[in-house]
Amino acid sequence: MASAKSDLPQGTLDLLILKTIALAPVHGYAIAQRLEQVSRGVVRVPEGSLYPALHRLENRRLLTADWKQTETGRVAKFYRLTRKGRRQLESEAASWQRLIDAIGLILGMAGGGTP
Amino acid sequence: MTWWTRLWRRSQMEAQLDKELSFHIEQHTEQLIAQGHAPDEARRQARLALGGPEQVKEKCRDARGTRWLEDLLQDGRYALRTFRQKPGFAIVALLILALGIGATTVMFAIINSVLLRPLSYPQPDRLLTVHGFTQTFGEFWGSSNPDFIDAQRDSRSLDIAGWTYGGGTISEPGEPQYVDGRKISANLFSTLGIAPVYGRSFRPDEDRPGTAPVAIISYSLWQRDFGGNPAAIGSSLVFEGEAYSVVGIAPAGFQLSGDSDVFTPLGQSTDPRMRNREAHFIHAVARLRPGFTLPEAQAELTLIARHLAEQYLKSNAGLGMIAHPLQQELVGDIGSTLWLLLSAVGLVLLIACVNIASLLLARAVSRDRELAVRIALGAGRGRLSRQCLTESAILGLTGGMLGVLLATMSIRPFVLLWPGSLPRAEEVHLDWRVLVFSIGASLFSGLLFGLAPALRVPTRGFEQALRAGARSIAGTSRRLHSAFVVSEIALAVVLLVAAGMLGRTLLSLSSLDPGLNVHNILTARFALSPGAMASPEQIRAAWQDVIDRARTVPGVESVALTDIIPMREGENSGGYWTTPTPPPANQAPMALMSSVTPDYWKVMGIPLLYGRFFNDHDRMGSEPVVVIDENLAQHAFGTKDAAGKHLWVQFIRDRPVEVVGVVGHVRHWGLATDDQSRVRDQMYYPFAQVPAPLLHFFSSVMSIAVHTTVPPLNLVQPLRRELRGASRDQAMYEERTMEQLVSASLARQRFLLLLFGIFAALALFLACIGIYGVLAYLTGQRIPEISVRMALGASARDVMWLVLRQSITMIFVGVAAGTVAALAAGRVLHRLVEGMRPTDLSTFAVTLPLLIAAALLASFLPAHRASRIDPTTALRQD
Repeated sequence: MASAKSDLPQGTLDLLILKTIALAPVHGYAIAQRLEQVSRGVVRVPEGSLYPALHRLENRRLLTADWKQTETGRVAKFYRLTRKGRRQLESEAASWQRLIDAIGLILGMAGGGTP
Repeated sequence: MTWWTRLWRRSQMEAQLDKELSFHIEQHTEQLIAQGHAPDEARRQARLALGGPEQVKEKCRDARGTRWLEDLLQDGRYALRTFRQKPGFAIVALLILALGIGATTVMFAIINSVLLRPLSYPQPDRLLTVHGFTQTFGEFWGSSNPDFIDAQRDSRSLDIAGWTYGGGTISEPGEPQYVDGRKISANLFSTLGIAPVYGRSFRPDEDRPGTAPVAIISYSLWQRDFGGNPAAIGSSLVFEGEAYSVVGIAPAGFQLSGDSDVFTPLGQSTDPRMRNREAHFIHAVARLRPGFTLPEAQAELTLIARHLAEQYLKSNAGLGMIAHPLQQELVGDIGSTLWLLLSAVGLVLLIACVNIASLLLARAVSRDRELAVRIALGAGRGRLSRQCLTESAILGLTGGMLGVLLATMSIRPFVLLWPGSLPRAEEVHLDWRVLVFSIGASLFSGLLFGLAPALRVPTRGFEQALRAGARSIAGTSRRLHSAFVVSEIALAVVLLVAAGMLGRTLLSLSSLDPGLNVHNILTARFALSPGAMASPEQIRAAWQDVIDRARTVPGVESVALTDIIPMREGENSGGYWTTPTPPPANQAPMALMSSVTPDYWKVMGIPLLYGRFFNDHDRMGSEPVVVIDENLAQHAFGTKDAAGKHLWVQFIRDRPVEVVGVVGHVRHWGLATDDQSRVRDQMYYPFAQVPAPLLHFFSSVMSIAVHTTVPPLNLVQPLRRELRGASRDQAMYEERTMEQLVSASLARQRFLLLLFGIFAALALFLACIGIYGVLAYLTGQRIPEISVRMALGASARDVMWLVLRQSITMIFVGVAAGTVAALAAGRVLHRLVEGMRPTDLSTFAVTLPLLIAAALLASFLPAHRASRIDPTTALRQD
């Protein structure tokens, strides 16, 4: 079943995490699940690299974390975006969008040329 | 959270990480159970999906910025635990390192104090010495007093001060004693930038002939004879029969080319040479005035010298002046010896490092299983390499600390061991620069020997390591071990050959003919009673009295006076020529001029080749005569048989002197250095023909030489007693036997040989330990293989040969590499050590077999042990 999925392009995991967290404070497991759902199973997020990425982002002060109760009454580490993280998300999303547009343009031209 | 809270709250962070990950797994597990999986299976799948909690944790820790510091602390604790587990290894490694670092630290401390650290005068980089210079003879240290005074007056870029030697007898206060002294210009202290600790330095108006005698005394004389009492200022000091008033106390440790106790104003000197432009006996030191540079000062000095040459054609034509930084002058050529020793010590340290590296590597290989376990638990390759390096760095630093301790204890004795005197020896101590050097050297060594084990940390295939047990050994590590042994042997070869070369050089230098009989000769400087110095007649009578009295001492065979003693400090050179018209000033060939009494050649045992030596008829008023050595005869007349020929000499220009005899050449400058010295011609003239105005000066430099029938040193006390004189204030001092002087002239070579010998022995010893250790280890690894071979019919001899073959290859590759390096090192030695013989086959022929034999002996033990393996028990073992 894994073979049908693509690997994440380099450097996009951070962006996806930031985007996921931007909506509301959320804990690690929820991030993993949401990524899984949102990408509709197309993209495989390696769970093993999720936590190191979270810690790295926290270390760069793009995220901050609090220990809070979940709806099931258990205590979990909830991550939320800092102001710096929000700025980072905006600029990264914008540059990602530009890249996608450019690639789409190139692929569209090439597609028009071949039957 | 700041980095240090992260660091100090490590355990809390660990707990949080653990909690976070288990929350994740639990959530995932619950979800999987809800989807219908069995609880155990759900838990397994959740863990699998995460990718192994321990690995994830490790990566999370890496994501923290302070990771390296945390690891360092952890690794440090871990390393200490390992060392405690195997104290034998740690102790051996620390001892080897302490020796290596200690020796290197001592050498560097000396280099630091002598060569690198600025002088203890203020603004030392602006201090210079001014030397004389001619095209024919190159540079010489002195300047004439009139030239010095003219340069001092005319220079705008330099404050120039001058000094010369001026020792004598202090008869009050206390017992009569001979002391070294210096005549200094009034501005010497201010030029150097120092001030007397009490009192004042000389005033310019005291620096003139005929003014009231004043003196500055040394700190140590002040302590010794005046009890350190400030009331010494203004008190009287009877020096050379004259009452001086003490005006100042020099700072402790103040030296001008050696210690001296009495400083008097140069300008008050009545020495006839003071007005002679051809007598270059003033040492000039100078300080650059603000705003001037050395090139500017040099240009100005050149101009001044040119003016003087135009003005005083007879004496100054072709004479230039050259300024050098003072430090260079003080240190002289000691630098090359120091760097030589530091490199030798560095090689020993390198061998020590290689040794420890192979020990560490052997340990690392046997720890493969431990490493594999740690990799399985999530340690990355970088992490394990870092841990290896931390271990060796701790080892290096601890060894370094022990080494510094060792150096602190041994530096004083070592400085005292130095032949002659080490310049600035009193300043040698450990300071922060030395500490930085030692710490650097220890860390560098630590990293050097930690590198090999760190680089071979396994990345892949650790499952095999886990399964295989201790039996496997990778080919790379065997090659690495062999490389260690090879480089150790090569380094040892370099040191051994260097020591061998020095030994051979010393041997061949010692067997050189000094040109005189070295046995049963006592030499000493001598100071006549100041009271006897009143008139030339009295001086001559006093010297005759010294000779006559010395002859009466039992055990004395013959007695002579001379102004210079071979192989002792002091010289007196003058120009000579063979036609009535002198060559242009400062271009005449130079000869060592020695004024002697008639028995000199008998006392010294100098062979008389042609003609005669002096007799009592060669005196003032009779035909001036000289005796020359074979070199001068050959140079001047093209034949050794020069008796009866005539010469003109610088000091008697108007008439020729007759050569009455030719004697053998004496290696005046020392056995090692004579061949390379600037002045190799020698000329003797009768002391009785020294003109009256010069007698006073000559009397201050005359020495006595005695040929004895008993061991010379036994006569020191009887001679001192006998020669004290009627007023009991004559002093014989600095007694040396000729044997002592000859051996002192080789002191540098002997000292280098001693140290290189020690270093080479150390290197050989370490290399043998290295070979033994590596072979024992490699053989140990091969026990199963050897057992199989023996079980299949290999004999004990075959097995021994198997092991020995391995070591013989290493030994010969090492010897070959070392020989190439030793040839290069030999050239360096040849350039830096006087009288050094170029590398030759015999040195290799002596040293290499020694090394090979020792290396084979070291490899014999493991080979022998291998041959005694009992295959059945060995094979059953694992």
